[in-house]
Amino acid sequence: MSPWKHKHLLGLSSLSKKEITRILDEAREFYKVLERPIPSVPALRGKTILNLFFEPSTRTLMSFTLSEKRLSADSLTFSKTSSSIKKGETLLDTVKYIEAMKIDGIVVRHSSAGVPYYLSQRINAFVINAGDGAHEHPTQALLDLFTARRHFKTLKGLKIAIIGDIKHSRVAKSNIIGFSKMGASVTVCGPPTLIPFGIEKMNAIFEYDLKKAIKDADIIYVLRIQMERQENGMFPSLREYRELFGIAQQNKKKGSIIMHPGPINRGLELTSSMADAPNSLITEQVKTGVAVRMAILYLLGGASEKI
Amino acid sequence: MKKISSENEIKLILERISSEIKERHIDMKKVSFIGIKRHGDILAERLKYILSKDTGIKFNVGALDITFYRDDLQMISELPEVKSTEINFDVNGREIILVDDVLYTARTIRAALSEILDFGRPSRIELAVLIDRKQKELPICPDYVGKIIPSSKEEIIDVFLKELEGKDAIFIRKKDEPMET
Repeated sequence: MSPWKHKHLLGLSSLSKKEITRILDEAREFYKVLERPIPSVPALRGKTILNLFFEPSTRTLMSFTLSEKRLSADSLTFSKTSSSIKKGETLLDTVKYIEAMKIDGIVVRHSSAGVPYYLSQRINAFVINAGDGAHEHPTQALLDLFTARRHFKTLKGLKIAIIGDIKHSRVAKSNIIGFSKMGASVTVCGPPTLIPFGIEKMNAIFEYDLKKAIKDADIIYVLRIQMERQENGMFPSLREYRELFGIAQQNKKKGSIIMHPGPINRGLELTSSMADAPNSLITEQVKTGVAVRMAILYLLGGASEKI
Repeated sequence: MKKISSENEIKLILERISSEIKERHIDMKKVSFIGIKRHGDILAERLKYILSKDTGIKFNVGALDITFYRDDLQMISELPEVKSTEINFDVNGREIILVDDVLYTARTIRAALSEILDFGRPSRIELAVLIDRKQKELPICPDYVGKIIPSSKEEIIDVFLKELEGKDAIFIRKKDEPMET
């Protein structure tokens, strides 16, 4: 097996199909570790990981924290509200001073695209992107790929329909890149104002009509309507969105599944009955998230030098 | 390069170890096997086969990959490939025979012990190895030994097993010598 050559995980665009497969294969072993009586291993003992969250997060932060603990790393969490950022310290200063306390890796979430890259160029620790602006959210996409592969056994030839605000969604971008790299075909659907210009260059098909978009889909991937990003009237009303793009019933495709990165606006982009349907893998996504993040942390932090 | 053991000798060693295990365990029903990948798991299967035929007991066999428990993970530059650990039985209260092909530094055994103890609390763990190189760096002693081959750090012992390499044989060679094929 060839050595892992990336020091950081900034996005799926820089990973090859083979490297994505490697992460998913390692994650399969960590998934089994999580089912043991003592669900942790000493692989990252003595390493210190900092979770640097400039944007609020429950799931991703908890998932990372748990993954670090399951690998026996020491982890600490920095959140924007309780820090010196409020006193006017620059981002780089904040991180430099934290790094001086001997930090091996940083998991960063920020509202500006490019922050993980910016940090990776300036500090020695490895950097994992936990979501940067509307750019990428690679660990979410990897756990989605893992969940889908675990369910369907393969990703090749699958049809995935991603529904919602594609334009502001880093989850959508990373998933479009990831699923198309793995040989699945991606259709996106949502209000035209929320579909970025040039989406076809990302190997995704744009479909305006929801019914057509999900008709043949194996995976209906529902995005959260991000209320915090909808202040400038990208669509007329939530009610209209719900009528035109809310997922309220199953498609006819046999064996299709529902996925959602969370948190769900129940009754808006997804009805409760669909979110809790037997073919909804939303809870499974949360479970696999820990295994996938363990695999990533292990690959980036497990050995002393990267080749 | 020198051949240490032939197919027939490996067979005899495993038969001898099997009878030693039987001799030391009053209640064979409590015995389970765990082999360290790769090779140890195959040897564990062979011991199980011999003892099952003899006693009629269906023994549990587990396989262990110790990658996550290695003490040199922070010192090596290339990550080892992760293989699966499969222990599909309850180890609590069992008498575990831990099986490996070559006992060298004993650090693998240390890692394996840590991993097994994370699965539960066996009443006893014993160690069975095909070859003891007498080079251990930790106070761990094997309970069942096939053959003692005192060898230096400049030498390598290659174990071939039918299930993986197509034949049963053990060779010793100098580090710079090519491997027997």
